[in-house]
Amino acid sequence: MEKTAGPGTEPVIEVVDLSKSFGDLHVLKGANLEVIQGENLAVLGKSGSGKSVLIKLMVGLLKPDQGSIRILGQEVSTLGRKELDALRLRIGFSFQNSALYDSMSVYENLSFPLTMNVKNLSRKEVNLAVAEALEAVGLADKGKQMPSDLSGGQRKRIGIARTLILKPEIILYDEPTSGLDPVTCTEINELINEVQQRYNTSSIIITHDLTCAKNTAQRVAMLLDGTFPKVGTFEEVFTTHDPHIRDFYNYNFIE
Amino acid sequence: MKGRSSETSSERPVSSRRYLFGRGVDDYFKGIANAAAFVGRFFKEVFRLPIHLREIIRQSYYTGVKSLPLIALTGFIIGVVFTKQSRPPLEDFGATSWLPSLMGIAIIRALGPLVTSLICAGKVGSNIGAELGSMKVTEQIDAMEVSAINPFKFLVVTRVLATTFTIPILTIFCISVGLLGSYVNVHQEEATGIITFFRGAFSSLSFLDVASSLAKSVLFGFTVGMVGCYKGFHATQGTQGVGRAANQAVVLSMFLIFLEELVVVQITNWIRLY
Repeated sequence: MEKTAGPGTEPVIEVVDLSKSFGDLHVLKGANLEVIQGENLAVLGKSGSGKSVLIKLMVGLLKPDQGSIRILGQEVSTLGRKELDALRLRIGFSFQNSALYDSMSVYENLSFPLTMNVKNLSRKEVNLAVAEALEAVGLADKGKQMPSDLSGGQRKRIGIARTLILKPEIILYDEPTSGLDPVTCTEINELINEVQQRYNTSSIIITHDLTCAKNTAQRVAMLLDGTFPKVGTFEEVFTTHDPHIRDFYNYNFIE
Repeated sequence: MKGRSSETSSERPVSSRRYLFGRGVDDYFKGIANAAAFVGRFFKEVFRLPIHLREIIRQSYYTGVKSLPLIALTGFIIGVVFTKQSRPPLEDFGATSWLPSLMGIAIIRALGPLVTSLICAGKVGSNIGAELGSMKVTEQIDAMEVSAINPFKFLVVTRVLATTFTIPILTIFCISVGLLGSYVNVHQEEATGIITFFRGAFSSLSFLDVASSLAKSVLFGFTVGMVGCYKGFHATQGTQGVGRAANQAVVLSMFLIFLEELVVVQITNWIRLY
C-alpha cells in the first residue's frame, strides 16, 4: 500500500490547551495538536479515551470547556450558526457506524447534502456529482440500493462518498476500520489514501487499529490520559519504553 | 472510631434520600425547561427559510393518507356503537327522535377530535418518536448537523407542521364517517331519512361548537407531532432508548390530549356563557 507524501507546512487544524469533561469524567485535559495541510494524522488511543470527542468538538457537535480549536483559520467555538455551517461544508465527517440515512437510498444519501446546500443545481449536475463520488469509492452500481442492503464495508465506503460529495478540504474519519474483516480494512485504508491523493485533503483518522494508522497516516498522535504526549511518525511514536504505548503496540502486532 | 462509623451509617440513607429527591426535583424542572425550549425553538424556526415543502408534503402523506383506513373504520364503528348505546335511555322517554341531535353533539363536539387524535398519537406519534429516536442513537441527526443541514428544521418543523395540518382534516373525515355510521343505524332502526338525520344532527350545533372542535384538533395535531419529535430527539441509550422514546411519545401525548380537551371545553363553556 502506498502512502501519499508531500504534506505542506500550513496548519489547517490547531488544537490548543483543549479540555472537555462529562460530569466527573475528564476526557481531554489541555490537549494540543496540529494537522498540516495535506497530511493524514492518525489519532490513537484506548476506547473511551476521548478520540471521538476530539473530532466532535472540531465540527461543533460538542462545546469545549476550555481551550481553542482553529480550523482553516477560524476559531470554532466563536462561530455563529451560519459561519459554523459554512465551515462544516469544508469538513467531511465519516462516522464510526456510517450514519447513513435509513429511509433514503444510496443515491438520496449522497444527493441530500448536495441539494440542501448548493442551490439551483440541475438534476444532471446532481447525478454527475453522485456518480463521481460513488465511482471514487468503487461502488458505482449501488445508487439504487438501500443502506440496509449493504455490507459493513460498503456502508463505510458510502459514508466516505457522502463526505466527498461536498468536496471537503478536511476529512475526519471516526474509526474507519472498526468492525471490519482484515481484507475490507485494507480496502478502506487504500481508499483513505486514494481520497487524499485525488482530492488533496487533510485528514484526522481516529482509530485504535495500528495497521490502519501505519498504512494511512504520515504522523500519529497518541492520546493518553487526555493529552497527546507523543506525536510523530509511526516509528517515532512506537520507539519508546512507555509501558502504555508499548502495550498498545504489542496487542496490535502480537509481540 | 466505632461511634463515628455508626453515626455515618445512620445518617447516610437520609442524606442519600434527600439527594435523590433533590435530584429528582431538579431533573423534573430541567425536563420542563428543556421541553419549553424545544417548543420555543419550533416557533423560532418555523418562520425561517427554507420551508422544506416537499418534506412537509411527504410527512403529511404518511400522517394523513396512511391513517385514513384506520380512522374510517374506527369512526364508523364509533358512530354505530354510540348510537346503539344511546338509544335505550331515549326510548324510555319516547325520545328516539333526538338521537340525530345527540349524536351530532357527541361526535362533532367531543368524539371526532378526541378519537382521531388518540389514534394518531398511537400510530403517528409512536412512529415519529421511534424514527427520530433511531436517527438520534445511530448518529444520523449528527450526520445532518455536520453536513450543514439544520436537523431541527428538516425533521422536527416538517413533522409538527404535517401533524398540525393533517389531524384536523382527519378529524373532519372521522366526524363525517362517524355521522354516517350513526345514520346507518338510525335509518335501520327508525327508518329516518338522510336529510332528516343530518338536519337533526346539525340543528343543536352552533358555530362555536364547530370552531372549538377544529381548534382542538389543530392543538391535538400540534401536540402529537411535538411530543413525538421531542421524545425522539432526546432518545439515549441505544435500542432501549428508541423503544422508550416511542412509548413515552404515545403516553405523554395521550395524557396531554385529555388535559387539553378539559381546558378547551372549559374555555368554550365560558365563551358560551358570556
